Amino acid sequence: MRLSGGKILMECLLEQGVDTVFGYPGGAVMPIYDALYAYSDKLRHILTAHEQGASHAADGYARSSGKVGVCFATSGPGATNLVTGIATAYMDSSPVVFITANVNEDLIGKDSFQEVDIVGISMPITKCNYLVRDVSKLADIVREAFAVARGGRPGPVLIDIPRNVSLATAEYTPLPKDEHHQSGRLGALVRRASHDLRPPEPDQGDIDQLANMIKASQKPLLICGGGVVRGRAQDEFMALANRIDAPVAITLMGGGGFPGKNPLTTGMIGMHGSQASNQACDRCDLLIAVGCRFSDRVGLRFGSFAQNAQIVQIDIDRSEINKNIQTDHHIIGDAAQVLSLLSEQFPQLDHSAWKEEVFSFPTETQYDDHSDSLTPKEALSTIARMLPERTIVATDVGQHQMWAIQHFHFSYPGQLITSGGFGTMGFGLGAAIGAKAANPDQTVLHITGDGCFRMNANEMSTEAHYNLPVITCIFNNGTLGMVRQWQALLFEERYSQTTLDRGPDFVKLAEAYGLKGKRVANVADLEAALAEAIASNTGYVIDCAIDPDERVRPMVRAGCHITEFLAD
Amino acid sequence: MSDIKRHTLAVQVANEPGVLSQVSRLFSQKGYNIESLAVGTTDTPLISRITIEVMADDAHANLLCNQLRKLLPVHSVKLLEPRQSIRRELVLIKVRAQTSEIRNEVIQIANIFRGSIIDVCAETLTLSLIGAEEKTEAVETLLREFGIIELVRTGMIALERGQYTIDENTKEKGEFNYGKHVL
Repeated sequence: MRLSGGKILMECLLEQGVDTVFGYPGGAVMPIYDALYAYSDKLRHILTAHEQGASHAADGYARSSGKVGVCFATSGPGATNLVTGIATAYMDSSPVVFITANVNEDLIGKDSFQEVDIVGISMPITKCNYLVRDVSKLADIVREAFAVARGGRPGPVLIDIPRNVSLATAEYTPLPKDEHHQSGRLGALVRRASHDLRPPEPDQGDIDQLANMIKASQKPLLICGGGVVRGRAQDEFMALANRIDAPVAITLMGGGGFPGKNPLTTGMIGMHGSQASNQACDRCDLLIAVGCRFSDRVGLRFGSFAQNAQIVQIDIDRSEINKNIQTDHHIIGDAAQVLSLLSEQFPQLDHSAWKEEVFSFPTETQYDDHSDSLTPKEALSTIARMLPERTIVATDVGQHQMWAIQHFHFSYPGQLITSGGFGTMGFGLGAAIGAKAANPDQTVLHITGDGCFRMNANEMSTEAHYNLPVITCIFNNGTLGMVRQWQALLFEERYSQTTLDRGPDFVKLAEAYGLKGKRVANVADLEAALAEAIASNTGYVIDCAIDPDERVRPMVRAGCHITEFLAD
Repeated sequence: MSDIKRHTLAVQVANEPGVLSQVSRLFSQKGYNIESLAVGTTDTPLISRITIEVMADDAHANLLCNQLRKLLPVHSVKLLEPRQSIRRELVLIKVRAQTSEIRNEVIQIANIFRGSIIDVCAETLTLSLIGAEEKTEAVETLLREFGIIELVRTGMIALERGQYTIDENTKEKGEFNYGKHVL
């Protein structure tokens, strides 16, 4: 059938099983929104307050569901407002297809109204991107874009469609998703990578070699990275950890890849990692990192990282091998596949003595209890006690993020949604809304700080309008806490521009947006507010008063050795 | 710091708009200046070959190769060993030559280095020369005394000696392709 570019795009989204799209209309994207109008019974569009909110919502949707998120925006400022969201998704390998419109082709390159080269801008922050110049190629490109976003190491992809291309018509032939890779661009890509129309297999020789290293090791340590979460390899990872009987350190992005409550868990590793994790990393003789790219927040001082160990990296992306840390061995492949093959290669092992050594160090930070004010620890344990166990937790970035991740014991992939690589303040609310849209039956908690929340609080309007209730807990200490903590420790308490002694009144703001809210300063009030939040069917903002001098501990300075704790 | 030296990277890419800028961006992002760049299609019109020369130590040259291999439109990358590859570039040099003695001298120099005179007028001679930098730099030095008015290079192109090619299916290449799989 002959369809407009806009309608071909909608058909292609349906081919992919997309049911929810986040976005914001504008001039150049009007033909696409006009097509969406005709498909409104099949595609739910969530109109956010700002394109950035839409980008984070599509990302949160993808992270929590494991499906590809979709986000629309118009040309020029619409497209540039996505940039932070695209970069956030890229750094954390989240599969999102961003669809932007551009001005008519004859206006491109003439500094036309709302024109920007978004393909050029997004080049370093996408897996790949496309400028569609021929409507007859649109379907083929969209099919490739989705496969690329979700395939291999997932990540964002951008498709830029000039206005005239979305208006022009072409013949559209429906093609079921499982036949996409047999023809067209995707077919060429599969043949080029010499894949015989089935996923590749990990190298058996590499697996045997690692199995021998495991058998020879006395002090093995596993790192659960974001790849375990993205690859949904939690069962295979658990089986391997149990079989080796090895302690497991979890990275920020690995939260949910291995249960936080499991007796093998040493807690988070890295800059704000637990004593047990960081000490184990320093003392182990074999370090097996699964889906972990050894960012500077984990590796800290690359030259002395795991200095007594042979380092093995299991990753899907070959370019991560030897990038930050020189490894002794690596296996390339899908985490679930590699780990299940690996577990069959050796018998049940026992490392009781080594575990005893590791678990002689604390796996959790002992925060002091103050008498009068609400401490982050009290707030988080109250929240954890009152909310359902499988609550999805979205965070912003800063002290509250570290406290939340140290405190909550995530038990499944997609339960923790946080901006790890890019550290995007203002990510949380949009991401929480996206997670709620993907998981309407789950409770979604949004932990944020006053600085982060103020950045994109406008998305409360989206939360209210679409009735996507999120419980927001603001850890309000009236400062930019993490920066203040560094100023206290490294800049002799010169608190340059980190005091946020200003409005708004977040409770009134929530009410203005049609949500409920309460300010709390002690555990009893917090309990009451949480009970009300759980019972109510609207979004709820709990403004928790936190002491500005509360710190995240332990802490290792950037570039220092992993056990040189500045504050423990 | 290990030794900084000139590295030659051969890169086969999809012949599509934007690919060259994606490739060159990787160098500028990491603060490397491209010393030489040559691009053209291969025997397959859908594939272009880019030859890039960059000053870097071995570790960073390998890192650059790995980052290039990750790009979807990049088919294959090879770091060419200087002793096992042939490198050539074409240089056009316009020299001031206003008397017959000077013209004769320039023609002699061109002949010695197997260059050729491709344009002549009362004021200038233009010669073309093919070779690696030892040869082109020698000619450049000799011609400088007559006055070089303009000089242009195509950028170095390179091929491996012997039966080796960029398309070999090594285990490493398979590993990089794994990250690009779409099934």
